[in-house]
Amino acid sequence: MTVVSERLPALGQAARRRAPLSLVLDRESVFSWLMMALPLLFLAALVGYPFFYGILLSLQYRPVAHTGTFIGLKNFITNLHDPIFWQVTANTFIYTGVATFLKMVGGLCLALAMNQHFRMKNLVRALLLLPFIVPTVLSTVAWLWMLDPAFSVVNRLLVALGWPKPGPSWLGNPTLAMVSIIIINTWRGLPFYGITLLAGLQTVPPELYEAATIDGASGLQRLRFVTLPLLRPIILIVTLFSVIFTFADFQLVYVLTHGGPQNATNLFATYAFDIAMGAGQLGLGASIALAMLPALALLIVALTIYMRRV
Amino acid sequence: MVTGHGRIEHIVRVWLPVAFFLVLALFPFYWMAITSIKPNAELYNKNVMPLIVRAPTLKHYVDLLTKSSFLLWTWNTMLVAAVATAISLVLGVMLAYPLARMRFAGAGLIAMTVAAIYLVPQPLLFIPLADVINRLGLGNTLTSVILTYPTMLVPFCAWLLLGYFKTVPKELEEAARIDGASRLQTMRQVFLPLCTPGFISAGIFAFTLSQNEFLYALIFLTKTTVRTVPVGVISELIRGDVFYWGQLMAGALLGSIPVALIYSFFVEHYVAGLTTGSVKG
Repeated sequence: MTVVSERLPALGQAARRRAPLSLVLDRESVFSWLMMALPLLFLAALVGYPFFYGILLSLQYRPVAHTGTFIGLKNFITNLHDPIFWQVTANTFIYTGVATFLKMVGGLCLALAMNQHFRMKNLVRALLLLPFIVPTVLSTVAWLWMLDPAFSVVNRLLVALGWPKPGPSWLGNPTLAMVSIIIINTWRGLPFYGITLLAGLQTVPPELYEAATIDGASGLQRLRFVTLPLLRPIILIVTLFSVIFTFADFQLVYVLTHGGPQNATNLFATYAFDIAMGAGQLGLGASIALAMLPALALLIVALTIYMRRV
Repeated sequence: MVTGHGRIEHIVRVWLPVAFFLVLALFPFYWMAITSIKPNAELYNKNVMPLIVRAPTLKHYVDLLTKSSFLLWTWNTMLVAAVATAISLVLGVMLAYPLARMRFAGAGLIAMTVAAIYLVPQPLLFIPLADVINRLGLGNTLTSVILTYPTMLVPFCAWLLLGYFKTVPKELEEAARIDGASRLQTMRQVFLPLCTPGFISAGIFAFTLSQNEFLYALIFLTKTTVRTVPVGVISELIRGDVFYWGQLMAGALLGSIPVALIYSFFVEHYVAGLTTGSVKG
């Protein structure tokens, strides 16, 4: 029936005029929108509405458990005069930039190391993915213990290797605290990079390497002129993903330092949490969270367009 | 045949870097495990070599299971993850099937919107969402997280399934249509049974993401009885006194095991899902 009507539009039109309900429901557009209605409503209610409500909140003076008063852009102006806000901004960009760079370089090394023939490769690959799989909070708590001021195993190993006692104060020193959260974020995200890039490497046709070798290319030149150009789309996608979720990271910092010492590791997400949940200023907190929006929107639009193209 | 020289080169070129990455990746888990079975006398003695355990004990595990609500948190976590995953798979299919198979005005826009929502990180939404949950009277109920986890899981499942659905050949569906099946019948009886591998990878991802979730659980669940493992461990096992590390590491290890087990059974699916290029990192 339908197949015929699709092939002969004129006949289909005639049939549609007095189509029974079952035929109406079978139209592609009607079927599609009915099918998507429930999930779309759900997303509108719990993502769309909170998003716009958050913008409204950011324009209000709104202590927790009170009704809000509209104050225009005052929250945003408060932020611009808040030195901690600017420190948080700098922290977030440093954290995202350095951690992403380390994950990219480390991930590429991991992928190149794994892209060789050896026994038990599948087992090794599974084990290497563990940091990425295990709930972040639980592995971060292990790192908290590894960097404990009194019993840090890292420091005990460093001291055994000749480092002067008692070893660095990883979470107590502002600079080292930033170094620590960057290292742990890298530790967690590196397998994701590595395994994704490995999958990309395996799609590179061996003939290209053979051709390059015949043309006299060294190992490094093959990497530079054959591998990297072919991996570019994958590297770009993984990086955009990683940047988005590193930029908005919360749990790692919350568990490890709570943003301290002296806000040295406070990021947008943890600072917004402090102001909204700790100090109970929902409006001001919402404005801090929204400060992430310009950068995030740019990244999200870029990635969405890119994923559509691929 | 591998010559002696070749074998050494193989070790240097292959196993040295691989071993480096393995030690880096696994040491924290080793440390977690070994801490959880050390008696306090060893844990807090700076004069013994820390990398091995001399007198292993299960005391920390016994304390964890009898003196804290760890078992209850585990049950809560599993329940929430299972229900949220089921909801997300169903809603995800309802989004992905039309987008993968039907031609209609607005399809491109919907696909873009779903992808964009998938990329919205929770910290952007948690403050208004907390207020919404409070007004609905859902604070301190598991419903609060069962309802909010799918906000990130539905777009995720839809996006993953969309990719999978496009790889399934259309011929069977076309045959069913010619035989007079409605679109709904075609989808449910012909198409969906073909997609089990897609559901398994989307399901594993959704399940591990649910278990991993921390921010919403931290804000919405403030009572011991409704907490999930990550929130319970952070909020209740880290205490004022110093000597809690054995129990804490036991909790972290036990909390990691379910995810690690599921994933070891389905690692091939997991890697396949990773490499279709759409996972949060």
